[in-house]
Amino acid sequence: MRAIDRKLWRDLWHMRGQAVAIALVVMCGVGTYVMFLSTLGALRATQDDYYREYRFAEVFATLKRAPESLRARIAAIPGVERVETRVVEAVRLDMPDFAEPVSARMVSLADDAPHGLNGLHLREGRLPLPGRADEVVVSTPFAKAHTLHPGDRFHAILNGRRQALTVVGTALSPEFVQQLRPGSAFPDPKRYGVMWMGRKALGQAYDLDGAFNDLALSLRPGADAQDVIDRVDALITPFGGLGAYARKDQLSHRFLTQELDQLGTLATLFPTMFMGVAAFLLNVVISRLVTMQREQIATLKAFGYGNGAVTVHYLKLVAVIAGAGIAGGILLGVWLGHALSGIYMEFYYFPWLRFSLQPATMLEAAGASLAAAGAGTIVAVWRAARLSPAQAMRPEPPPRYRETLVEQLGLKRWLSQPTRMILRHIWRKPLKSALTVLGIALACGIILTGLFQRDTVGFMMNVHYGLAQREDLSVAFTDPTAYRARFDLAGLHGVEHVEVFRSVPVRLRHGHLEHRTTIRGIEPDGELQRLLDTELRPVAMPSEGILMTDHLGKMLGVRVGDRIVVEVLEGNRPLREAVVAGLVKEYLGVAAYMDLAALNRFMHEGPTISGAWLAVDHAQLQGLYARLKELPRVAGVAERIQEIRNFNRLMDETMLFFTYVSTVFAVVIAFGVIYNSARIALTERGRELASLRVLGFTRGEIGYILLGELGILTAVAIPLGLKLGEAMCYYIALTMQTDLFRVPVVLVPQTYAFAVAVVIVSALLSGLAVRRRLDRLDLIAVLKTPE
Amino acid sequence: MPEQVSPPPLCSPAPRPIFEARGLTKVYQMGEVRVDALRGVDLDLYAGELVVLLGPSGSGKSTLLNILGGLDTPTSGTVRYAEHDLTVDDDAAMTQYRREHVGFVFQFYNLIPSLTARENVALVTEIAHDPMTPEEALALVGLAPRMDHFPSQMSGGEQQRVAIARAVAKRPQVLLCDEPTGALDAQTGVMVLEVIARVNQELGTTTVVITHNAVIAAMADRVVHFGDGHVVRIERNESRKAASELSW
Repeated sequence: MRAIDRKLWRDLWHMRGQAVAIALVVMCGVGTYVMFLSTLGALRATQDDYYREYRFAEVFATLKRAPESLRARIAAIPGVERVETRVVEAVRLDMPDFAEPVSARMVSLADDAPHGLNGLHLREGRLPLPGRADEVVVSTPFAKAHTLHPGDRFHAILNGRRQALTVVGTALSPEFVQQLRPGSAFPDPKRYGVMWMGRKALGQAYDLDGAFNDLALSLRPGADAQDVIDRVDALITPFGGLGAYARKDQLSHRFLTQELDQLGTLATLFPTMFMGVAAFLLNVVISRLVTMQREQIATLKAFGYGNGAVTVHYLKLVAVIAGAGIAGGILLGVWLGHALSGIYMEFYYFPWLRFSLQPATMLEAAGASLAAAGAGTIVAVWRAARLSPAQAMRPEPPPRYRETLVEQLGLKRWLSQPTRMILRHIWRKPLKSALTVLGIALACGIILTGLFQRDTVGFMMNVHYGLAQREDLSVAFTDPTAYRARFDLAGLHGVEHVEVFRSVPVRLRHGHLEHRTTIRGIEPDGELQRLLDTELRPVAMPSEGILMTDHLGKMLGVRVGDRIVVEVLEGNRPLREAVVAGLVKEYLGVAAYMDLAALNRFMHEGPTISGAWLAVDHAQLQGLYARLKELPRVAGVAERIQEIRNFNRLMDETMLFFTYVSTVFAVVIAFGVIYNSARIALTERGRELASLRVLGFTRGEIGYILLGELGILTAVAIPLGLKLGEAMCYYIALTMQTDLFRVPVVLVPQTYAFAVAVVIVSALLSGLAVRRRLDRLDLIAVLKTPE
Repeated sequence: MPEQVSPPPLCSPAPRPIFEARGLTKVYQMGEVRVDALRGVDLDLYAGELVVLLGPSGSGKSTLLNILGGLDTPTSGTVRYAEHDLTVDDDAAMTQYRREHVGFVFQFYNLIPSLTARENVALVTEIAHDPMTPEEALALVGLAPRMDHFPSQMSGGEQQRVAIARAVAKRPQVLLCDEPTGALDAQTGVMVLEVIARVNQELGTTTVVITHNAVIAAMADRVVHFGDGHVVRIERNESRKAASELSW
């Protein structure tokens, strides 16, 4: 090995603490980048392949009932490639060994076209035989939750008739990558599933033989989806069509897309911060190293090493540090990417995961790190190399210190000499001090962003399930039902209190803006379901007019008092006007509300309800489930506590991952920044501090001079970091404002305390590490050798 | 008693000087202070001679040495080494000049602390044209047994001998020593001077030694007295004293 390369390795060994700290920051930067982008890439590739290979439809529609003959007219619409008519029904299941009510979405499979749209990916078994009314394929997550395999049997209530079903296969479908029970925010495969039955058998069970109530279309390349949708609507409206919609509005697809978009946001935000910090650290440390080696550089030059050779020498040094960080980061990123993808695979049901090492992503990460590192180095080396060797070998002129602003303001006499030294040192290099503060602040902010999702979703849950939705059970009827069903429910043993509601699917219009949603008629002064204003105070239900979620109001561009058009999407589909009576705060969905009686009048119907909320005696719950199962009109029962449990499970699995990763990374950043700053301060000022020791200062006193500066910078950085973290949380929240949910920025005091504690502990550890070196300062040697 | 000679003696055929400096000035800006280090220096140096530059600190000796060694350029004036114009501010040319022709020895040794004695010498031999081996060079300064020691494991005198080995290992035409004994005690200093004299005699290297120690002047062919940025006078020694005869 060449002597100059040997110098490189020995220099590296000498600065190993700092080198490791920097490499770790680079590793985190590259690691997050690779993690997010490889996960994103894997999920996108998986989504694309899955949609293509299993022919995920592009336009969807549901309707009441249309004859099969309509199919030909739909197929004749220009741009339509394939038409699949289907029967889709909500069914109630009776699972052996599971007392609670279970519901499912039953979807028909074309008996004659096994390679139709929304193809099934069979995991086990086979498809149902044509005409067999007792054979179903169940979705894999549901099968897993109930340990179902081909040959297992359970019962379902099909159109009010109890029927035995045999599982012949388990499968996944591109249409149900996300399987959420309508009205539920979290997956619960134990209580909700999707299953498939032969078209003829399901059609017969629901009196839809030779007819259909659901449509899926694929389009020719270049077809105008909106034009097709308009034409489909024109054809199906007479048959109770609820309005066709494009793939982008399909629920499963929409959830997935929004999730991936959020992932994309994080994929830019976090790595950018880490790379920024890594570049800053490399810059500071390398420029300091180069400055410290001014004389060595001059000596090398005196013996005939050119500027190029010297620059290459230091670039190699940086490349080794950055290279170690990059290599570690890629490994870390791939590992974390697998973990993160695994978490997504828990909630999005893909048949496989196309996780591949993406050379482009890795090259980008490596290139960005090396560029950041190299740029910092070249500037520093150039500054050293530009000096003539003779000049470089002379000690630097004494650094120029000035009185600081604090001193100029007349506070000088209150400050001890050591304190003045600290302040002047910070003041001398304001940019460096500012960047150090920024680095520490970033660490603090990253912790907040890591915990933010947990805090804010916890808050949303509290509002949703604590303040607004307070029932124990919610019961949905298969069809609008006479009001007296309320008394049937109230009479059940174990039911303590009943409130009822009416749900009407509608399209709301205001000017050219429109949105499909549900108007829910609720009882005024209800206790189980309350509406909240923007201050989260319960709102009294006005006896007339419509209340809507503030986000829906924004989407429709309406204010209180505006008139909107309500197009009812059921029954004889009346078109009416309503006045916006107020806006309410909701974080999930975009619902609209009316007084129950007002809604019944609006619909020109008698007292009618769609479901009920129950407060129950928990001791009676099991018996109550059994009795509810026997009521034929009950389509499904949801337990609030179960929703909360589902939520907590989701949180534990996903949020913990982010919290853990971001905390570890924040510690790395905080330690990297503070430790490096302390080490640099020590090398810069070792001589000065040793001189002070010779003059009789104690170790504690010089420790104060050295670490006091870091203390001040950390103290300034913490409040800044908390603000910065809040800003980053607002940014993340901003990218999450959708009609599915809105994320408020809520951070609990414990989160702030945790962030502050992590930064302070990192600072203390860094201080201790440097303090040990300070104690070993060789006073005589420092004074004897030249600067 | 040295006699004063200003131009080279006319009796012998005048050898062509290896260095020719004319009207050299150098001004430094040190922070907010302006320093006139050289105020018009004329000097010729001849092949194979050992010259001592003598003068108090701040008199401009080091500045001249740095300019001769291509470490620095003059503010005005001309200086030539053989065919090289050393006034041009061309970093690549200067680097090449130093690499091929000049060996340096500094007051504070300037060894690379992370490299052993052998490696410090190798640093230079690896980029030189026709060097000795590091082992030969270290043997020349009597340090063969200490080759694998780091600077921190050696005494000041040993470190300075490593520095000399490093300077001469490439067989330079010129050896420039800036206060080579400045940081050493007398006994060690003499040992270092012996090595310098030996290199001068055995390799025929033109050697310039800066010192403010007048005793050392006795080992030179010529002594150039410096004061306040000028050459005050030049003396020629009739006979050089051996370094071992010196003491202070």
